[in-house]
Amino acid sequence: MGNNTATAIKRSEFLSGLRDIIPILLGVAPFGMIYGVLAKGAGLSNTDAQAMSSVVFAGSAQFMLVQLLNVGMPTIMMILTGFVINLRHALYSASLAPYTRPLTPLWKMILSYVLVDEAFALVVMHYKQPGDNGYRHWYFLGAGLTLWATWQLSTAAGIFLGAQVPASWGLDFTLALTFIALTVPAINDRPALLAALSAGATAILARNLPYKLGLMAAAFVGILVGLWSEKK
Amino acid sequence: MSDIWVIMIAVGILTYLTRLSFILLLDKWQPPEIVTRALRYVPVAVLTAIIVPELVVVDNALDFSLGNARMLAGIVAILVAWRTKSALWTIAVGFAAFLLLNAILA
Repeated sequence: MGNNTATAIKRSEFLSGLRDIIPILLGVAPFGMIYGVLAKGAGLSNTDAQAMSSVVFAGSAQFMLVQLLNVGMPTIMMILTGFVINLRHALYSASLAPYTRPLTPLWKMILSYVLVDEAFALVVMHYKQPGDNGYRHWYFLGAGLTLWATWQLSTAAGIFLGAQVPASWGLDFTLALTFIALTVPAINDRPALLAALSAGATAILARNLPYKLGLMAAAFVGILVGLWSEKK
Repeated sequence: MSDIWVIMIAVGILTYLTRLSFILLLDKWQPPEIVTRALRYVPVAVLTAIIVPELVVVDNALDFSLGNARMLAGIVAILVAWRTKSALWTIAVGFAAFLLLNAILA
């Protein structure tokens, strides 16, 4: 394969990733704005609020942390809570590892940085499609960088608009809508449906577990029910 | 350094390490077949576990009533996602339904 062909495939993969994530941005951008508004409301400076979006880069954990700042939770508890909420990324990492194995360490470090929920849900579907061309990490990069840029810009917009976007508008509801848009099309057989239903039910029942451990409990129940129902 | 920076950097590093875990740090690990099969359920299990409480838990109490705009709009969004498989339509119709229901139920 000539260099020109390889370059053309890389560019096309990158642009496909960018294009496929655009509809998802409709949900991500309002959520980023609301994070910016809440961070300001919790007393963070503009720099701190913006820095969190680059350093942590995980919407639901950032949301939780700025809300916990208001209730005065001890520092170590907040770190533990943020860690547990984000533990699910280890599952994402394990799911994608077989596909990223041939890549250089630098590629792996960059792609891991942009491995957020939305990128994972989109990229894992792309990797599962037949006809691998060896350049699918460019798709991952295109989707991931677009999500990252959108998250930074919408955070800045939220910080800038501040109190002009009241939390009572319910823009945080776009998180649920974004995840619905990513999840429902991925439920394509009975084990996947039962995994989703059991994880949802467990998440409700276990919602009062400390440090948001209910999320991991629900994930494991869903995975076990999915596996178990394959044999039926 | 203020507390918020301690929290931010600690959570940032821990989050990055979990993302890096199997992609870089444990990339030589060949998972047994049962683990490979289990990982297939990760996206739907994790994301549904985030979605459902967002729809039915209000002020830490369950609310399955017809006065819960989030639950009703969420059901609309699920139906749109199922029929169209379009992220754009799901988010747009879901949010329009949410605004409309809020206006009606207010």
